[in-house]
Amino acid sequence: MGWAIAVHGGAGDIPLSLPPEKRLPREAGLRRCLDVGIAALKAHNHPLDVVELVVRELENNPHFNAGKGSVLTTSGTVEMEACIMDGKTMKCGAVSGVSTVVNAISLARLVMDKTPHIYLAFDGAEAFAREQGLETVEMSHFITPENIERLKQAQEADRVQLDYTQPIQKEVPKDAALADGDSQIGTVGCVAVDNEGNLATATSTGGIVNKMVGRIGDTPIIGAGTYANHLCAVSATGRGEAIIRGTIARDVAAVMEFKGLSLKEAAAYAMNRVPRGNAGLIAVSSTGEVAMLFNTTGMFRACATEDGYSEISIWDSPIE
Amino acid sequence: MGWAIAVHGGAGDIPLSLPPEKRLPREAGLRRCLDVGIAALKAHNHPLDVVELVRELENNPHFNAGKGSVLTTSGTVEMEACIMDGKTMKCGAVSGVSTVVNAISLARLVMDKTPHIYLAFDGAEAFAREQGLETVEMSHFITPENIERLKQAQEADRVQLDYTQPIQKEVPKDAALADGDSQIGTVGCVAVDNEGNLATATSTGGIVNKMVGRIGDTPIIGAGTYANHLCAVSATGRGEAIIRGTIARDVAAVMEFKGLSLKEAAAYVIDQVPRGNAGLVAVSSTGEVAMPFNTTGMFRACATEDGYSEIAIWDSPTK
Repeated sequence: MGWAIAVHGGAGDIPLSLPPEKRLPREAGLRRCLDVGIAALKAHNHPLDVVELVVRELENNPHFNAGKGSVLTTSGTVEMEACIMDGKTMKCGAVSGVSTVVNAISLARLVMDKTPHIYLAFDGAEAFAREQGLETVEMSHFITPENIERLKQAQEADRVQLDYTQPIQKEVPKDAALADGDSQIGTVGCVAVDNEGNLATATSTGGIVNKMVGRIGDTPIIGAGTYANHLCAVSATGRGEAIIRGTIARDVAAVMEFKGLSLKEAAAYAMNRVPRGNAGLIAVSSTGEVAMLFNTTGMFRACATEDGYSEISIWDSPIE
Repeated sequence: MGWAIAVHGGAGDIPLSLPPEKRLPREAGLRRCLDVGIAALKAHNHPLDVVELVRELENNPHFNAGKGSVLTTSGTVEMEACIMDGKTMKCGAVSGVSTVVNAISLARLVMDKTPHIYLAFDGAEAFAREQGLETVEMSHFITPENIERLKQAQEADRVQLDYTQPIQKEVPKDAALADGDSQIGTVGCVAVDNEGNLATATSTGGIVNKMVGRIGDTPIIGAGTYANHLCAVSATGRGEAIIRGTIARDVAAVMEFKGLSLKEAAAYVIDQVPRGNAGLVAVSSTGEVAMPFNTTGMFRACATEDGYSEIAIWDSPTK
């Protein structure tokens, strides 16, 4: 046993040729978040507080698709979602359609702690944030030039598809259209366990670029992008629709329980059922194991365990 | 094998003393939906089309979906619905729908006409209009009974405050409702044809006096609604418990990973949920049916190709 923590900044078609000016800030971001999480665990903070703290850092970092730096809807707006869950009590909180709240994960935490509900969305979520005195800003705060450009390219790709008379309801192109090859299927997440086996998970995202207004993805769907129980805590990332159908986060725990698999085996089992190129996940178990799997080209990730091991990676080999 | 269909009109604290004027219209509603579903299956309609008969339950003001939906704390209607195809695992869901006559049909369009699974609030409403779905004034869905239910629920909250109970206490389990009429309802339908094609559909107004923007279990794939190659499930009850318990997904998972039959899996899953919180209807690819609940009752009906049929509220079938 012992504590363990894992963090992700999104899985997707991250090209091996990713230029340093895009790679280095994200590695630095993951490193800083990992350090924040490790310090919090060493100080005996509850995993719920640890995962919230780490995800807030990732939301504030404009290089990840959550909070500031969120991808844009087809109307050029920001609609953020987040979710948090406590493995021991199975209490959880989720929000969607958040456009002015600086840290959506903290709003999700308040839904869990301060209401009889699990999930609030859109105007109701925004109103609750104000009632609770959470920090809110103009929506423009979250919008970065990179994301305005990504939206433009995605809409251009759709137009090209129409010119070739492809059906309008075809899947949003897998980022092939993005000139810089920079995957934006991202999401951020953190899972943690302390040395008493208390587990928690938190996930936050802006969604997928050019999504329809009002589109909800896997992040706030308990059992899809986010899940924790007494066995493990899971945060998934990738193409939301595939993660929802695959009930990925729930399946990792279910397979551990009903088939007696280890965390690593269960995570591999769940991931194998998802079509290639669609997803990744991070998970920790009550006994301090860590699993970080993906079937995309890469996944921004980092982890550390009490025995001193730590890792920051994007593709298959750890960077450090 | 053979086709099978099950329908529910909500699980909850339905008192055995439910007066006839509240019981009979719901039994009649269930009976009519069952007949519609049976005819559709006999005519070889695909189960996805069959379960869309949830529209009938939405249109029936005696059930908590569509017309007859319970009200938010602001007296408004915010409906949700979800549909899933077991073979393809395609699914569609909507939340925060206030003017669309049949939310289940909007969920079907999200599944069929967009690259997404789930649309909510303004975005869902805009999509409905783009698609030419029938929309009406929100007042269409509001019934006097639900205005009364909201009033009683808010009164009960005020009483709780007078006794200095914490504000964030669970919404009272209907004990406060003077007529004892449970409103944890939802409606749903699951069906399988004789080729093993499975589908599920669920629709609801949510819980009475819910916060504006509150989403329950119905549109959450794996919680209130789920189908795969093994079974199709639609759950009802206290949404928050169904979400935590990932109920609909667990029925299929337990069948697959523990090798249980549909009935065993459904019973296993309901047993894990705190008493008084949930019920479900399910059918398997081989034509089995299960309708377990751990509440006082669940409005339900089912039929199988061998001629069996049942309409029930409490433990013994009504007929």
